[in-house]
Amino acid sequence: MQDVKAILEQIKASPYEEVEVLAPHCGVVEFKVSGEGTKVLAPSGTWKEKPGTLLATLERERNPRPITCGRKGVVQKVHAHLNGKFVEAGTPLMVLRHFFTKDEVTQQILKKVLFLFPAPERAKYYFTPETDKKVKVSGCQSVKIKDGMELFIVSRMKREKPLTYMGPEGIIYAVYFSHDMNVDAGQPLISVCPESQMGVIRDVVNRVQSDWEERD
Amino acid sequence: MDIEKSIQELADRLQYIQDIFGASKHEDVALLSSKLAEFRARETGAGMADKVKMLSQLEDLFVFVEKKLDPELTPMDKVRIVRHPQRITLKDILEFCYDNYTEIGGQDEYSIDPSMLIARAYITRRQGDKVHNQPVMVIGQEKGHGQEFRNGGSVKPWGNAKALQYMKVAETENIPIHTYVFTPGAFPVEDYPGAAQQIARNLYEMAALRVPVIACFSEGGSGGAEAIALADTRLMLSHGYYSVISPEGAGAIESGIRQGQRAPAELIDACATRLKITAEDNLRMGYIDRVVQEPPLGARPYHYDFFKRLRQEMMMATDEAMLSVKGMNFIRAKAIKRRKQAALADAESFFVRWSLDERAADRLVWKRYSKFRNMAKNACVDKTPASRRMADSLQQMSWSTYSYLRYEFLRTYGQKVKHLMEEAEAEVRVVAERVLRPFKRSGAKKVDTQTIQKLTELSCAEDGICLDGEGESFYLSPKGREDKSVTCPNAATHGCLDLWAPDLFGDFAGVCQYCGHHFPMEYQWFMHNVLDKNSVMEFAQDVEAGNPLDYPGFDQKLEEAKKKNKLKSSCVTFETSIEGIKVVVGMLVAPFRGGTVGAAEGEKFIRALSRARKKHYPFLAYVHGTAGIRIQEGTNGVIQMPRATMAVRRYIEAGGLYLVLYDTNSYAGPVASFLGCSPYQFSVRSANIGFAGPGVIKETTGTDIPPDYHMAYNALARGHIQGIWDRREIRNNLVQAFQIIGGRNLYYR
Repeated sequence: MQDVKAILEQIKASPYEEVEVLAPHCGVVEFKVSGEGTKVLAPSGTWKEKPGTLLATLERERNPRPITCGRKGVVQKVHAHLNGKFVEAGTPLMVLRHFFTKDEVTQQILKKVLFLFPAPERAKYYFTPETDKKVKVSGCQSVKIKDGMELFIVSRMKREKPLTYMGPEGIIYAVYFSHDMNVDAGQPLISVCPESQMGVIRDVVNRVQSDWEERD
Repeated sequence: MDIEKSIQELADRLQYIQDIFGASKHEDVALLSSKLAEFRARETGAGMADKVKMLSQLEDLFVFVEKKLDPELTPMDKVRIVRHPQRITLKDILEFCYDNYTEIGGQDEYSIDPSMLIARAYITRRQGDKVHNQPVMVIGQEKGHGQEFRNGGSVKPWGNAKALQYMKVAETENIPIHTYVFTPGAFPVEDYPGAAQQIARNLYEMAALRVPVIACFSEGGSGGAEAIALADTRLMLSHGYYSVISPEGAGAIESGIRQGQRAPAELIDACATRLKITAEDNLRMGYIDRVVQEPPLGARPYHYDFFKRLRQEMMMATDEAMLSVKGMNFIRAKAIKRRKQAALADAESFFVRWSLDERAADRLVWKRYSKFRNMAKNACVDKTPASRRMADSLQQMSWSTYSYLRYEFLRTYGQKVKHLMEEAEAEVRVVAERVLRPFKRSGAKKVDTQTIQKLTELSCAEDGICLDGEGESFYLSPKGREDKSVTCPNAATHGCLDLWAPDLFGDFAGVCQYCGHHFPMEYQWFMHNVLDKNSVMEFAQDVEAGNPLDYPGFDQKLEEAKKKNKLKSSCVTFETSIEGIKVVVGMLVAPFRGGTVGAAEGEKFIRALSRARKKHYPFLAYVHGTAGIRIQEGTNGVIQMPRATMAVRRYIEAGGLYLVLYDTNSYAGPVASFLGCSPYQFSVRSANIGFAGPGVIKETTGTDIPPDYHMAYNALARGHIQGIWDRREIRNNLVQAFQIIGGRNLYYR
């Protein structure tokens, strides 16, 4: 198991991610952002229906297609010498620096530390009655599970069958399904954390939530 | 005497004046407020007699100022009056104008829709010693005095459905309906039954209600008002308004501002004046029958005299509607005519039974149709030369005669003979088969494979479109002449590759080959590639869109649209054929001012329907696109909703097949009336259909809607349309629809 605190320190040391914007297809590129240090926005709106900042256009067959920004950040580098030139698909056009948000940091840590148990098929899932009782009474983080344990009931079109948990021993950290929703195959049902790590993870998550400074 | 209460009332009246006039009449407001303050200061020391005297002086002053201000009201002031929380509401009217009432299905916020109020009420009349309780169904929007849950009288679709249900109840019970219009407009949601759909349904049903409907307008906002206002007599309160759009909405469109911004106040004022929304304007244009005079600065709940007058007017209008179709009415009709001219009518002095027999009801429905048919006749420009008019009317007469002979006279007898023959033939066949069986060879008659294929296999859109063969006569979109490539809007999600414009707009009919997204095409594509070659025969082409309200700057805009599109209005009507099936088509063209509908478009649509009825052809409404009712025509535009719907109803009842096909984007008024009332509505893929566009929904309800809210597939899921067609399959599907829905002999039932 990895050291959670070390991971956090590692993220803190470089609290951003450099995103390289590549030409999606060939064409003549024309940059639309002024230069380094410019702030760019991600798609917005309730349904992400408003596109992000226009970074460049790529014209092919007299059809200028916009390249918009997918993640919020700051323009780090623009390959300005390509402006007005024909580029091949996959040519790096610019580099954006994306600073992590609280949620992203938390997710990164959890992703590295926790084990995600996926749903084998699209269906509704429930805990077995005894587990369900425990979860309802004292929350999911009180339930200890181990490999081979009968943990879920798969319910689909009035057909119900048990599902056994397969994975490392630990405590359920979070539950990702609810009784009235179908879960797609491959989506995580629960995340599992080794018992020894529980305290540390809680600490770190709380620290991220309170301490992490978000840049805009 | 309760001095404190009287002072409070005066303070309320002062506040009301302030609210109505805002900053514009500050002198009068200052005078009243200083006098009120003065009275308050002197009141403490004075004796009771003095107080009463001073108070009556002050009240006189209030009355004087109100009377003085009343003639100075601008249209926008009237808009503020009807929106004021102190304005009378339907509950006040029920309380004071009727002798008793029971509210149906509603108690404050507990109702299917608190903004629609239904009540079974009665009016008591005395005839000598006899007392008559005359029942009426009262239906109307209830704004409440500022109650949040009533949505300010914006009715949701289910509220309108409730109204329709009780109109039907009234029809069953044979009692008149009184409707009161207190709405700024319908609530724009597409949730089933859908705002547009329900209004269309209401209009369609009201067109043939067999009991009199009397409507009274206070605040009549477009579609929301029409949903209950298709009436035999339409009264209007003198300080109300009846308009196609709120002045704010018109201001926003005029100034071209973006969502979230506000139009300048002066422009909104100007728009209110330009739209001709007041009672006098509407009376002059003929969209209402009578104005009910309100007290100075508008009726408020304490104006008891006003309620008495309103009661009289409603009774008189109901009497009149009843008498005008009843048999025995001579003297009483005269009496009503005389009383209408008097300032205050006394409707209670004689008795009219408020129920109709079958024949009277027939006359009533016909009268209602004629009334609406004659509205807005002068609001469009008809440049048809006199000679052609004469020829047209002669031709129509001959169609009518032929139609009578062919379908009424011959059919009645012809069908009897035919049925007899059919039965006899069937009998003979049975006998013949028995006798001939030993001599017959076995085995069925062979049908060639091609016919079998044609009958049993599904057509395949991908196999290409109607462009194969004689290519030169087909229409090629100008977008297809450019040597460039086009990106599908779904490229990001569906991975569609770029398409070369000549391919996309030529061979593929504007359909993305990868995801099936339909790019908008011109209306000419439909005319040339769907209909039979050279079969289009346009008529009524000289009816032109005009500017009936003399809306400033609109003449020029119209001229530009006419020149650019080489059309005279956004509606093109023609006779044509599709695989030999003769059809009358009414087409709304999007590039002509957004495909908006005004008086000319409505008139053309109605004429086309009448032509289809007389010639016994199916009618296809091809909606290339429409943005709604043309706001610059004001109520001249709105009135096309009931007018055209009534024409549709008449056509369908005569046995016609009415089919609607939406292409690109179709919204608002037309969808909520004469298009939406069709039982067979289809859409081309990727079209947007709905009651109000996303911007309007955001502005009026404050909620964001998903980007795919109005998409054809969602409209289909909500039950608005009955099918979605691929553009390349329109022709086949139309033929199929005409043959299946219209029956084997197509058209007449």
